Amino acid sequence: MRTVIFILQKEFRQIFRDKIMLPIIFIVPVVQLLILSYTATFEIKNTRIVIVDQDHSQASRELVFHFESSSFFKVVARQQNYQQASEWLQNGDADQLIVIEADFEKKIKTNQPAKVLLVTDAINGSAASLMNAYAQQVIQGFNKNLLAEQIPLQNKPIQIKVEPLFWYNPKLNYITYMVPGILVLLVTIIGFFLSGMNIVKEKEMGTIEQINVTPIKKWQFITGKLLPFWLIALFDLVFGLGIAKVVFNIPFLGSFPLLMGVAAVYLLVVLAMGLLVSNLSDTMQQSMFISWFFLVIFILMSGLFTPIESMPEWAQWFNKINPIAYFITINRMIMLKGSGFSDFSESFYVLSAYAILILMLAVNRYKKVKA
Amino acid sequence: MNSEMAVCANALSKFYQDKKALDSLSFEIEMGSLFGFIGPDGAGKTSLFRILNSLLIPDGGTASILGFDTVKDYKQIRRIIGYMPGRFSLYQDLTVEENLKFFAGIFKTTIKENYHLIEDIYRHIEPFKNRKAGKLSGGMKQKLALSCALIHKPEVLILDEPTTGVDAVSRGEFWEMLQKLKTQNITILVSTPYMDEASLCDEVALMQEGKIMQRATPERIIEAFNETLWSVQSDKMFELLSHLSSFPEIRLVYRSGDHICFIPRKQSVEEKNLLAYLENLGHQSVKLKQIKPTIEDSFIYQMQTQN
Repeated sequence: MRTVIFILQKEFRQIFRDKIMLPIIFIVPVVQLLILSYTATFEIKNTRIVIVDQDHSQASRELVFHFESSSFFKVVARQQNYQQASEWLQNGDADQLIVIEADFEKKIKTNQPAKVLLVTDAINGSAASLMNAYAQQVIQGFNKNLLAEQIPLQNKPIQIKVEPLFWYNPKLNYITYMVPGILVLLVTIIGFFLSGMNIVKEKEMGTIEQINVTPIKKWQFITGKLLPFWLIALFDLVFGLGIAKVVFNIPFLGSFPLLMGVAAVYLLVVLAMGLLVSNLSDTMQQSMFISWFFLVIFILMSGLFTPIESMPEWAQWFNKINPIAYFITINRMIMLKGSGFSDFSESFYVLSAYAILILMLAVNRYKKVKA
Repeated sequence: MNSEMAVCANALSKFYQDKKALDSLSFEIEMGSLFGFIGPDGAGKTSLFRILNSLLIPDGGTASILGFDTVKDYKQIRRIIGYMPGRFSLYQDLTVEENLKFFAGIFKTTIKENYHLIEDIYRHIEPFKNRKAGKLSGGMKQKLALSCALIHKPEVLILDEPTTGVDAVSRGEFWEMLQKLKTQNITILVSTPYMDEASLCDEVALMQEGKIMQRATPERIIEAFNETLWSVQSDKMFELLSHLSSFPEIRLVYRSGDHICFIPRKQSVEEKNLLAYLENLGHQSVKLKQIKPTIEDSFIYQMQTQN
């Protein structure tokens, strides 16, 4: 045990003597949270639209007014015909065209279906479908008003009224959804890279040679390498949660000790993976590339940006071995839903088994003797 | 296995792909000896030392230190040896004292407990104990590395080219320290590419291409050198070497310091003939004399002739 303390003392000295270390621990979380939380959003605001009103009637003007008064749309131009308007789309100056046909009002008055053409720049597919949905909502709103005006005296038709209630994130605030995920990203990157660079640095500097001829046991060495980064990553999680509360006022409904408990196990997985990469690499460059390779795959598939449910089935299977996916889900559950342990116990057990497996592998792959 | 011996090697072999680093090496080293492995780069010295200190597993043969097998009993080996790798392997971002404390700590001892062992060495660097190891000069780094290798009171000290890249004064000091350590009954194995250091060992082994070519005390090696050795100087030193080597009566020519040495084919050389030959080629103020061979000369002769 005393040996471990000596190793820990040495590691902490080296960590805090490294000039780049304090900025990594304190500045990286702030920057990541502040920048990513605002930018990693799918909310579409200020969709630039071009109106082609070929009818010039009261009805068409009213429809245009509906678009103008929505905060999602910004009318950037009015054009006389479709060709002129489509140039705006072509040049990337507009996102959507709304073309109202010539006898729009006449058809409404004579109870025929009136047509509006909606053209959307669909290079970004998910954004396009959102813009499309927003535009349809506006047109539907216009439709309802029309019905109410036209047949005010008739008995209201029996209709199914949908009353949406958004639980856990009532205002559909994207930041509320993103921040718990970004917190996970943060501790993962810090943990993975710091541990991934560590042993390989000793290899590059040659210091591992002197360590290997000492009676240090494998587990002592790995513990000494792991514990400092484990504490740093846990600290960064708390630090990040503080920023989330102060800056974004993200609700924290669940139990804080519970979250830290899950994080403690999760970080063992991440750090052990980093150490494993470090043990398998001969140079810091190799370690860097391998770490990036795994991190990018794990992060993009983790459900941070896109829901796992909409991924193909093989990807959903892959996510069963993606530790980041587990922790993002759990973190969102604890922070936003206030879930208790029993709600995600299965995922927690998977993470625990994972931690044990990778740790054993990392200890095993650390070789003091060369054949 | 002879337990009287500090180190035993029995038919040790090591290959790197198809290149032979150690070629069936066998030797024994007595307790308390200061034993030198002398040889050029690539002779297999580092591979041998890494096998002895349990970092490398041999492809053939066995080795033991104080009766402990280097493969099976690696745990015991690591307690009784002190190792100083050829490359400076201490933590450059830790201070002198922190490095020493760390290595004392992981061997479950303290600086105080074994201070008497390192005192002579550590005294030199103690004034800089709060300086980072990376900021030390080559000579001081070497003293710190030796202190760290000694702090757990090893019985066998293995030093891989400890004087490479160190200035002449520090080299001299370093060998003095090794002589003192011998009085503490520590067996010392040291490798070096510098032949002049051979005479400072109790016994030396000349290594080349993974084999030991000769092994004896420095005195015996000089005694066994049966050739006559000549030294030549002239005003045109640069051409002298090639001119001498094309003289038919000369077997081997090499540069040694500020003069050129040669060994004749027969026991002697016709001085007159050689002087005439050199003057003919434009050399002036030629100084020719027979000199006493050193251990270095013996090694050069062996390496050149056995090739």
